[in-house]
Amino acid sequence: MTEDEFTAYQSLGEETEDHRWAFGTGFTDPLEGIGPSVPGGVDAAALAAYCLMLGDDALVYSHRLQQWMTRMPELEEETALANIALDLLGQARMLLARAGQAEGAAADGTGRDEDRLAFFRDEHEFRNVRLAEHLDADFAELTGRLLVFSAWRLALCTHLASAADPVLAAIAAKSARELAYHRDYAAQWVIRLGDGTPLSHGKMQAALEAIWPLAGELFQPDPVSARLPGVAVDPADLRGEVDAVLDAVLAEATLSRPGAAPLARVAGQAGRDGVHTEGFGYLLAELQSLARAHPDATW
Amino acid sequence: MVTRAQPDLAAARAVAAAVPDPELPMVTVADLGILRDVGARDDGSLVVTITPTYSGCPALREIAHDLRRRLAAAGFAEVTVRTALAPAWSSDWITAAGRRKLLEAGVAPPHPAAAQPGPVPLTLAGIRREPVTCPQCESGRTAQTAAFSGTACKALYRCESCREPFEYIKDI
Repeated sequence: MTEDEFTAYQSLGEETEDHRWAFGTGFTDPLEGIGPSVPGGVDAAALAAYCLMLGDDALVYSHRLQQWMTRMPELEEETALANIALDLLGQARMLLARAGQAEGAAADGTGRDEDRLAFFRDEHEFRNVRLAEHLDADFAELTGRLLVFSAWRLALCTHLASAADPVLAAIAAKSARELAYHRDYAAQWVIRLGDGTPLSHGKMQAALEAIWPLAGELFQPDPVSARLPGVAVDPADLRGEVDAVLDAVLAEATLSRPGAAPLARVAGQAGRDGVHTEGFGYLLAELQSLARAHPDATW
Repeated sequence: MVTRAQPDLAAARAVAAAVPDPELPMVTVADLGILRDVGARDDGSLVVTITPTYSGCPALREIAHDLRRRLAAAGFAEVTVRTALAPAWSSDWITAAGRRKLLEAGVAPPHPAAAQPGPVPLTLAGIRREPVTCPQCESGRTAQTAAFSGTACKALYRCESCREPFEYIKDI
């Protein structure tokens, strides 16, 4: 090891007051030095709810990808998914931290921090779309779902880069660069499998049929966006852009666009209202149980 | 004088700029464009501004820690490290010196990044289609073996001429 390789890590071995919370981040604020204020004219409570929605999408999706670790067909795909999961986790951290800042601004006090929001909310308090929590049955579903999610989130973040909240705009602009790469990765696999052997084609088409009912919710109105003019994007406005990407990839992959109807809402409610699919409870149990059992543990 | 003595910003900048990246220790945070600014407050304390390369990059925290430690050792007692998210980091910010050091270490430096995400690629030739030159033998006959690699900022390539695998800094 060169001297620099050693010194880059030297500070880690030192005794400091900077203990790390064992099961969360705890050690640093991803928005360190970025002011907690909310611009005038922006409904702070609605901004908190909006950042929570988008943060939950990323947090839950990231966890689903992490569950694939050690189960990929090749090491290269393992690193790909780990990196995509890490990007989404980073986006989630910033968005949840911003949600906490806006929550504090709305209440003239201090909002919850990112760990409190990630680990100490119950199922009905999560606002992610149900597509994010889907448990992929196989690699075809994994790549098909990632294509739909990243194409949609890229379109959303591209629009949000000019949002009236400068912190959300900065997070979105940064996220967009990462999401374009995720989309391109997923598209390559959908084309490879769709335009591959009869077996891979059949599996890819079946995967799309399984995913498609969950895609409708991405473009449906949610309870928050309308309260944030100049900040939020109307979900319906993204459909054309996302459809163009999906249609181009599906055509190249010789796959047909499923006609399945969107997954039913429950008494008019879906993910954005805190109504989730059965598998979500198990996901949250895995994500949260250790942190809840040892809420103040450090290492 | 009503304000306290201002710190020697040139000296502070030199210390901060020399902090190595924990994942790519052959280059510094200044080489990578992570270090955005070194300034001073009226009370004489330092404010160091850094920006993350990727949203989830775990190195940022270690970099902030290392900045405080090295600046403290150089006599700058009060240091605030702040994060700047906008404008978003781009691989275009890697300096000429940084690119040279990467190349010398066998890591291919990035091509210029697209200003906006382009259309979704409909080929199987890899995510970025511009040819990447092999850092070992300078051959242009290289192929992407994986779109990602051991850290968020890199992809894996292989040279078809010298057969060596190598890493490429993703252009974003």
